[in-house]
Amino acid sequence: MSVLIYAESDNGSLRKGAFEVASYAKGVADALGTTVTAVTVNVDDVAVLGSYGVSKVLKVSDDKLSKFQAKAYSSVIEQAAKAEESQVVILSSSTDSKYAAPLLGVALNAAVASNVVKLPKSTSPFVVERTAFTNKAFQDTQLNSAIKVICVSNNAYGVKEDNVTAVAEDFLPSIDAGNLEVVSIDKATDKVSIADADVVVSGGRGLKGPENWHLIEDLATVLGAATACSKPVSDMGWRPHSEHVGQTGKPVATNLYIAVGISGAIQHLAGINASKVKVVVNTDPEAPFFKAADYGVVGDAFEVVPQLIEKLKAFKSAN
Amino acid sequence: MKILVCISHVPDTTSKINFTDGDTKFDVNGVSFVINPNDEFGLTRAMWFKEKQGASVDVVNVGGPETEPTIRKCLAIGADNAIRVNANPSDSFFVAQELASVAKNGGYDLIIAGRESIDYNGGVVPGMLAALLEANFVNTCISLEVDGTTATAIREIDGGKETIKTALPLVIGGQKGLVEESDLRIPNMRGIMMARKKPLTVVEPTGSASQTETTSFSKPAPKGSVTLVPADNLDELISLLHNEAKVI
Ligand SMILES: Cc1cc2nc3c(=O)[nH]c(=O)nc-3n(C[C@H](O)[C@H](O)[C@H](O)COP(=O)(O)OP(=O)(O)OC[C@H]3O[C@@H](n4cnc5c(N)ncnc54)[C@H](O)[C@@H]3O)c2cc1C
Repeated sequence: MSVLIYAESDNGSLRKGAFEVASYAKGVADALGTTVTAVTVNVDDVAVLGSYGVSKVLKVSDDKLSKFQAKAYSSVIEQAAKAEESQVVILSSSTDSKYAAPLLGVALNAAVASNVVKLPKSTSPFVVERTAFTNKAFQDTQLNSAIKVICVSNNAYGVKEDNVTAVAEDFLPSIDAGNLEVVSIDKATDKVSIADADVVVSGGRGLKGPENWHLIEDLATVLGAATACSKPVSDMGWRPHSEHVGQTGKPVATNLYIAVGISGAIQHLAGINASKVKVVVNTDPEAPFFKAADYGVVGDAFEVVPQLIEKLKAFKSAN
Repeated sequence: MKILVCISHVPDTTSKINFTDGDTKFDVNGVSFVINPNDEFGLTRAMWFKEKQGASVDVVNVGGPETEPTIRKCLAIGADNAIRVNANPSDSFFVAQELASVAKNGGYDLIIAGRESIDYNGGVVPGMLAALLEANFVNTCISLEVDGTTATAIREIDGGKETIKTALPLVIGGQKGLVEESDLRIPNMRGIMMARKKPLTVVEPTGSASQTETTSFSKPAPKGSVTLVPADNLDELISLLHNEAKVI
């Protein structure tokens, strides 16, 4: 009857999202009077999950699962949920988890609620709050099925430390990848992704052209940040589509979002609004972004950003 | 190849979001509706398969009569036939089951849906549909080629992308990248005239069950005003981000 989580990993290490999902699940388990079990795939060291409230870990180790594959992974999670007789199964909102969740929902005959931002308002009936209209609103959703699958929004609940001892045991599910093969993965290993970043530095049309992107990249480097851009910037080919953020691009929910030369159109803001602290640098004091930002600098990016980089370098070496 | 494109009818991205009936319903007053952007990328890719590989392209929507202008627009862009399942799209599982029924009856090889609709952002209909059909599934799909019954797709992943080889029947959750923004088509007069004559079949729902219900909506609390920092005093910005916001 425990609450089950899928604790996501990348190359054998647990991802940050796994700790947030564990923390959230501990809150749900407390409300239901039960404990949290995690299922992991090809992770050796799982003890750390105890620090976020996980009491039991089902460790799956299999070379057939070396690359993420939604069907195979959702089947592993399904088998773990059945073994644990879990009523609630919780995943993150990563691209992979959102890929697997609906497959899992159908397999378990469970309702799926994505973009969940808070602990359930009640557990009987089971009601959760989710974002809607790309962060322009919230909706309370009641899940009426016996089993419930929840995807927690990134960086909404946060990580909460606990100290439970996580007891690990090997779990041997049957594995079926179906007729689908991942032939290659193209991933920058030296760069933090927009989904995992604590800080995102984003550039808009105000930067005038791709040749000026060193400003965004250098600022991102000092802050250990991921880089992003507005839609026209990717449409014009200045930056890859994978950096396009906003309502029709990637969602951003980081601790700090810095927008440089971005006007703050409604579609852009919708996608980044879940970020905790927003900073804008723009020459136009009337730019709508100033209404959405926490901190703003009215100024020319070509003057402000180089100075900011130098000052941040000094700050970082002093702190 | 028979292609089915799933179309969600959503508020335009500039819409003011308000609620009525004691915050239990989305207020459609003054809102204009469009083809869900992720679905439009998919429809445009489907047109490429039609023109280059002789595919047939049908579109389907689960919704009331008010969605027909959106469906007609898909026909004007070039889809051959349209199907509307005459029902309120009450939740993702309901929609997925109704779409699965249409897909089964039509014997489609490729079903193109959007990664998520921009109204309720659930992002689960394509996956549920694939699971119900026991078809292969690629989500966040940014490139798709089909050769016979083999498909090569590129999927966006966090921090990169991966190439997938799979087979028809296939369901994808598509997004920008499937085609470029500049490939999107604005229906011309001829397309609009032709669309009036193309079949738009209305079918009744099969009686699928929902698993969830939305009990109420709310809006985010209004934001406080911005703290402006002079461009010649960036030390203050760093200090605010460090001491006040605690994010660096
Ligand atoms: C259906 C639809 C979906 C959309 N989805 C998205 C989306 O997902 N994401 C998205 O970003 N957009 C989206 N858009 C586009 C959106 O409406 C805006 O057009 C876009 O966000 C503007 O990008 P921008 O801010 O880079 O450019 P602009 O609006 O051109 O703004 C550039 C800004 O840079 C400032 N500037 C100029 N020079 C300097 C300088 N030297 N230093 C500092 N500042 C300077 C200007 O004052 C201006 O505010 C969508 C639009 C539609 C219709």
